[in-house]
Amino acid sequence: MSEAPTAQTASSHAAEARIADAAHTGPMLAADGTPLKKSLNRALRVQKMRALALVAPLLIFVLVTFIAPIADMLFRSVENDIVSETLPRTTTMLAEWDAKSTDIPPEPVFEALYKDMFFAAEAKLHTRLGSRLNYELTGTSSLFRKSGRKVEDMGEVYQDQFEVQNDFWKTGENWNSFMASDAWLAAMADWKPADGRQPAFELRDGIASTLPATSAAYVQYADFIQNVDEKNLYKTDPWAVIYSSLHEDLTGENDLAAYSGPASAELSAAATAAATFETVNFTEAFAGIDKDWTTLEVWQTIKVYSPKFTSGYFLNAVDMQKSVDGAEMRPENQQIYGILFWRTMVMSMAITLSCILLGYPVAWILANLPTRQANLLMILVLLPFWTSLLVRTSAWKVMLQQQGVINDTLVWLGIVGTDDRLALINNQTGTIIAMTHILLPFMILPMYSVMQTIQPTYLRAAKSLGATNWTAFWRVYFPQSIPGIGAGSILVFILAIGYYITPAIVGGTSGTFISNRIAYHISQSLNWGLGAALGAILLAAVLLLYYAYDKIVGIDNVKLG
Amino acid sequence: MADTMNNDAFVEFERVQKSYDGENLVVKDLNLSLPKGEFLTMLGPSGSGKTTCLMMLAGFETATYGDIRLDGVSINNIPPHKRGIGMVFQNYALFPHMTVAENLSFPLEVRKMGKSKREEKIIRALDMVQMGDFAGRRPAQLSGGQQQRIALARALVFEPELVLMDEPLGALDKQLRETLQFEITKLAHDLGITTVYVTHDQTEALTMSDRVAVFDDGRIQQLAPPDKLYEEPENSFVAQFIGENNTLEGVVKEIKGDVALVQLDSGEVIQAKPINVTQAGERTRVSIRPERVEYNEERMQDGAFTLKAEVLEFIYMGDIFRTRLRVAGRDDFVIKTRNAPDQARLIPGSQIKIGWLPEDCRALDA
Repeated sequence: MSEAPTAQTASSHAAEARIADAAHTGPMLAADGTPLKKSLNRALRVQKMRALALVAPLLIFVLVTFIAPIADMLFRSVENDIVSETLPRTTTMLAEWDAKSTDIPPEPVFEALYKDMFFAAEAKLHTRLGSRLNYELTGTSSLFRKSGRKVEDMGEVYQDQFEVQNDFWKTGENWNSFMASDAWLAAMADWKPADGRQPAFELRDGIASTLPATSAAYVQYADFIQNVDEKNLYKTDPWAVIYSSLHEDLTGENDLAAYSGPASAELSAAATAAATFETVNFTEAFAGIDKDWTTLEVWQTIKVYSPKFTSGYFLNAVDMQKSVDGAEMRPENQQIYGILFWRTMVMSMAITLSCILLGYPVAWILANLPTRQANLLMILVLLPFWTSLLVRTSAWKVMLQQQGVINDTLVWLGIVGTDDRLALINNQTGTIIAMTHILLPFMILPMYSVMQTIQPTYLRAAKSLGATNWTAFWRVYFPQSIPGIGAGSILVFILAIGYYITPAIVGGTSGTFISNRIAYHISQSLNWGLGAALGAILLAAVLLLYYAYDKIVGIDNVKLG
Repeated sequence: MADTMNNDAFVEFERVQKSYDGENLVVKDLNLSLPKGEFLTMLGPSGSGKTTCLMMLAGFETATYGDIRLDGVSINNIPPHKRGIGMVFQNYALFPHMTVAENLSFPLEVRKMGKSKREEKIIRALDMVQMGDFAGRRPAQLSGGQQQRIALARALVFEPELVLMDEPLGALDKQLRETLQFEITKLAHDLGITTVYVTHDQTEALTMSDRVAVFDDGRIQQLAPPDKLYEEPENSFVAQFIGENNTLEGVVKEIKGDVALVQLDSGEVIQAKPINVTQAGERTRVSIRPERVEYNEERMQDGAFTLKAEVLEFIYMGDIFRTRLRVAGRDDFVIKTRNAPDQARLIPGSQIKIGWLPEDCRALDA
């Protein structure tokens, strides 16, 4: 800028005059007459792009390996499409059923359940749904497993009667001849197993309006045979569920006369016969498998968990449950997560506090020693980092147990009697002691780096102004070291709140954290949704505390170095 | 010694020694006394022990041997916060987490002063350094000069009788330094406070002080008012350290009363005033201030001693001319002349004659 005007023409001298005297000439202009802001932005954009390109690899890495999995995991805490995907017909039918009524759902719902269960059992999806619903209502898992095994026989009555009525219904080829489109039939005739995938099944035009239930069942069946079983659909004989659907269609109010495609004669004959067929009462059939199907609770649970998204996991995570009346507290004896969350918070704070108390003097000494000695001491502080976490925690087990080093020493010193050795492990004390030790470096390091920047002249100045050692420390040194305490506390607290190895080893039952519960749900009970909900709440709690910290202390006051 | 036992001395160092490692003395046998209201500067190169002396006076270092007295009372065992000495530090040492007013309030609070009285004193102290409008600012929002003013106000707000300043202007630019030098001196005199000021900047020392103590090697080399220090250095260190100085080395040939004849190493014999040479045969350094050398023969005074010289370099410095000459075999002989209309500019290469009065030429220790 300072050199440019000398080489400029008269017009840019005018611009220069505006630059120099912008008070009454509107926006500032650069030497070439463009608004100064614009040319500044242009100049900065290149810098920004370059900076972005530099951090891009890490950014992408973090996005792919960190943010995305976490987001996916958190999404599981509300995701619930397993119910509506496994029981599509049932959940649709259930929409009309009043869950608060004292009657169990009507027969059509059970018929829908029969079809859904039939397909689910073939795909072996019913056990998954059973375990999902078992989180909400104990016993559902075995109910579904049992029903899945027996549902296959339920509709055979219809299959037998159709096959007796006409041999035409026996083979898959005949079924395909009127259910499938001509194009598909032609493609299928040419298909050989060596060709790989079968041509995707196509429904014949018009059949869906004539036989809606059968068509729907047949499409689902065809899809399963072709894509899951990978059998030749052309040569496979239909399942019992197709026959019960056909019976439903033929005895229903469908306009069979309007249909004139293949097998229309067989269909009208079957329709006449079907009116006199022996029928199946699905309600009784299910009740026959298990009495539980006639209890309201099972149906209420299915209905409550029908939607694609649910707040159920989150309610569970805060000791509540979803019922037909909305959310309600769980019975007193089933409430565990509130206590666990509270305990996790309180113990993490206790750990943070003890880290401050133990770490502050160490950091102070480190910051005030000559560099050589400080470095030596620093190694001692960092030493735990070089040892396996498991080893350190196990060492505490040796130290703290009733027959351990500490108790033995105390007994030997006569401080405690042999019979009342202190319980230092498998309780909260054990967790606090071990975790304080493990997290101490995270407190000392930021405190040390902040204290290093506090010049000794401040203390001298305070003393020269008449302050005693204590006043000088408390009024001058300590306030300046708060950023270090803040940084250390945030680090330690956030690490503590999510810790689970150490509490699992030394915490017993009373010293475990919410993370132990999350780990249990992720790896043992496999209730990932609940695990994710607990994790999400934990994350929210940490963010909330972070926010509160920012409001009270100010995040600008946090210095990590 | 007799001098230091002065009865109206306010601050006294008596035979003070200081060693950090038990092997080397940083301060060797320091004797110093200053009366109430005096502005004394400790001047010296770094490592000369001046800051250590200040720290001993402030109480942050303990004397290894000797006695330091304040107003007649030995303060060796009084902790710093009870000494009631105001102190200004080189890097200001303003508490960064407090506002200006809180910084000033601090010494008053620890003295358990009432709130209204505190406020009154803070306002007065801030006005004193012309910083009345800055009470609510934080130190980080102030410039270096402003911070130093606040530091000064803080050191004065509790009305100490003695104020110590440890190179307080070291980090400021030249112009600001000069303004503040003047203000500090004026303030110190107006308030009648005794001031001990440490610096390595000789101009600062000369312009501000009532007396200057030149430190080197743990000793006071000379303690004198600025003019005396400049014009009558007692040894070659002081002559070298204070102001610019031409040095010629040689051997004393003869001492006749107020005049010593010195044979320079190059053979010439010059007249000088014997300061710390006592007998013929001693080696000596002869010191002449550049501005006391005259080359204009018309202005040369009677009795001036003359010597031949060759002009090597002429430097125009605005208010003065600085000319480097070759004299008696040395290339670093400098003369300074005022930039006046009738002053000739010397041309490099020309041969001239220079001269000086024997009393301006001091024969010092070698």
